[in-house]
Amino acid sequence: MVEKDALSLSRPLFIRLGKPLLSSAIFFIAVFLLPVLAPAQSGSKEICLSCHGVQGLEKVRKGKAVSLYVDREKFSQSVHSRLECASCHRDASQVPHPPELKPVECSTCHTDAFQAYSQSVHGKAHAKGDGDVAFCSDCHGSHNILPAKHPDSRVYPLNLPRTCGTCHGDPELAKRHRIPVANAYQLYMDSIHGRALTRSGLLVAAHCSSCHGSHEIKPKADPESKVYRTKIPSTCGACHAGVAAEYFDGVHGRAVKEGSSVAPVCVDCHTTHEIRRVETPAWKLEIIKECGTCHRESLRTYRDTFHGQVTGLGFTRVARCSDCHGSHRILPSSDAKSSVSQANLVSTCQKCHPKANANFVRFSPHADPNDKARNPGLYYIAGFMNILVFGVFLFFGLHTALWLFRSTLEVWRRRKSPGEPEGGQDPDEGGGKNGK
Amino acid sequence: MESERQNFEPAQRYYLRIHLYHRLLHGLLMASFLGLAATGMPLRFSDLAWAVGVAHAMGGFGAILFFHKSFAFLLTLCFFLHIASVFYLAFIRGEVGVFWGSASMVPQPRDFVEMLRHFRWFFGMGPKPQFGRFTYWEKFDYWAVFWGMAIIGITGYVMWFSSFFGSFLPGWLFNITLLIHADEALLAVWFIFTIHFFNSHFRPEKFPMDLVIFTGRLSERQLREERPAEYQELLEEGSLESIRTDSPPLWLRNFGRIIGFSVVVTGFLLFGLTLLAFLRE
Repeated sequence: MVEKDALSLSRPLFIRLGKPLLSSAIFFIAVFLLPVLAPAQSGSKEICLSCHGVQGLEKVRKGKAVSLYVDREKFSQSVHSRLECASCHRDASQVPHPPELKPVECSTCHTDAFQAYSQSVHGKAHAKGDGDVAFCSDCHGSHNILPAKHPDSRVYPLNLPRTCGTCHGDPELAKRHRIPVANAYQLYMDSIHGRALTRSGLLVAAHCSSCHGSHEIKPKADPESKVYRTKIPSTCGACHAGVAAEYFDGVHGRAVKEGSSVAPVCVDCHTTHEIRRVETPAWKLEIIKECGTCHRESLRTYRDTFHGQVTGLGFTRVARCSDCHGSHRILPSSDAKSSVSQANLVSTCQKCHPKANANFVRFSPHADPNDKARNPGLYYIAGFMNILVFGVFLFFGLHTALWLFRSTLEVWRRRKSPGEPEGGQDPDEGGGKNGK
Repeated sequence: MESERQNFEPAQRYYLRIHLYHRLLHGLLMASFLGLAATGMPLRFSDLAWAVGVAHAMGGFGAILFFHKSFAFLLTLCFFLHIASVFYLAFIRGEVGVFWGSASMVPQPRDFVEMLRHFRWFFGMGPKPQFGRFTYWEKFDYWAVFWGMAIIGITGYVMWFSSFFGSFLPGWLFNITLLIHADEALLAVWFIFTIHFFNSHFRPEKFPMDLVIFTGRLSERQLREERPAEYQELLEEGSLESIRTDSPPLWLRNFGRIIGFSVVVTGFLLFGLTLLAFLRE
């Protein structure tokens, strides 16, 4: 009853006094009336809400209006609804409370989460006094915190990208804080994962924290990070288990396991945030160049073959790297299980050339006309062709140049003295044509 | 003016130099050669922007290959039509002069002499040689195209029907056929669009174009000046009158000019693009 009276008192006041005077009115009630009206019930939510439940309650801190309003409805649905206000706002256990409360310390209860957070890229920046960096409430909300599995929770998988995106979709903020990927949110939303999540509502689709973690997010250069180069295959493998198993069986995966920092990991081919479908021609062509960043010689020799020329023109109907070598489980040709081992060549070529036989597969998809040991026939033929082309143009280049010189001279002479006969011509011709 | 004078001299008597059959074959040769070059060169220089643009403009990979094979078929047809005519002349009409003599395309000892004399003339150390029906550079053009068609054709068909040839030939032959096909094609394209164009059309005496390949007709003055040996021979044989013909009609000359200039422009474009591409490699 008492609390209700307090409320009914405040409302007409609010209306009569208007917004500018609201704060002083509430302050008046809090300081002078509440101690009288409710001395025995300090700590009760209703007492706090008698002021903080009023919409528009705000104060000015450092020249900025700060809302002090708590939505009664939302709080009652929140995961913390059973707690008293003072459980978090410890210095507000007595009314009136100090005009400036200390920040809420979630760590009091959420020890593990806070421990992880304080070691994270966000937590470290926060400890240094970075005002922009995400703190508990930036991701979870404050009075309206819902369980993570609640569809309306800000950290529910379907909502998480938007929550992270408030900062990681802001190029200005990224520039200020030197975040390497300025538009992770936009890239992600267009990616295969982003579409699966936001358009199809797939909970199994990877979202921000699937790869980066949640409280413990670390920069990719940190060996502890889930997206540290050599950790990426197992991070992706958490969902793509079958592919990860193949990958670790292949040369690249084995190299990564042995600590190689140059062997390709998932993101080198599939990219990070903007991961696209692998069926698109653009991706199929791009990936050839990606293999070529390390396998430079193989790309060069591939480009000299019909396969490489056709893909070079932007068409994908012919063999690309992965068509012969495989993609995730790439094995050296010395391995009998490899798709390019002597034993498997025929069946590999037969994927496109159904009539391929042992003769056919003696074709060299990476022939190099400069490599005498590997492609002797090609080497000598290339040498012959070079001599032929060079010889023909040397001879005829000279022939043409000399001819041009002599003919120009003849024409010039004829023009200068029209009547004069010239070599190989009838004397009467010159006069005839010029008289015309 | 020079061109007008050389291509049309109404006061002159005209003689037939190139039969309609050969002019038509040359037309077919030009069309298929240009088509093959335009559809083949993008593949040869596939890493360049213009090649990608041309390939996509033509309708993609399937289209390029279709057009390339169609032109290849036409050129093959051209090749065999020519062989057939040679055999007809030689074995049915009994004109063995096709294989040897002054009217033969087969290089004669005198061709070598004429070439040396031509060089001597280049240096101003002697008179112009007395050329006959076919000069040494014309024979070179002919045999270059002949060899080119055979080599590019055979390698092309081996790759076209790779499944069949691969069943009994070693696969590394395909590496070689592609190299030969591409290099020989580049040689042919460059040769035709520079040396052949110069020899037949661009040298000062002929500039900008010798229409004889379209009109087939040669004025008496041209015959006497440019092919004195043939003229002399015809006079001695008394067969000059038998090849007498009317002067080239205006429509035919204009037809030749339009076709000729189109081919020259296309040829230069292809030459420029491929040369730049080659130099950048």
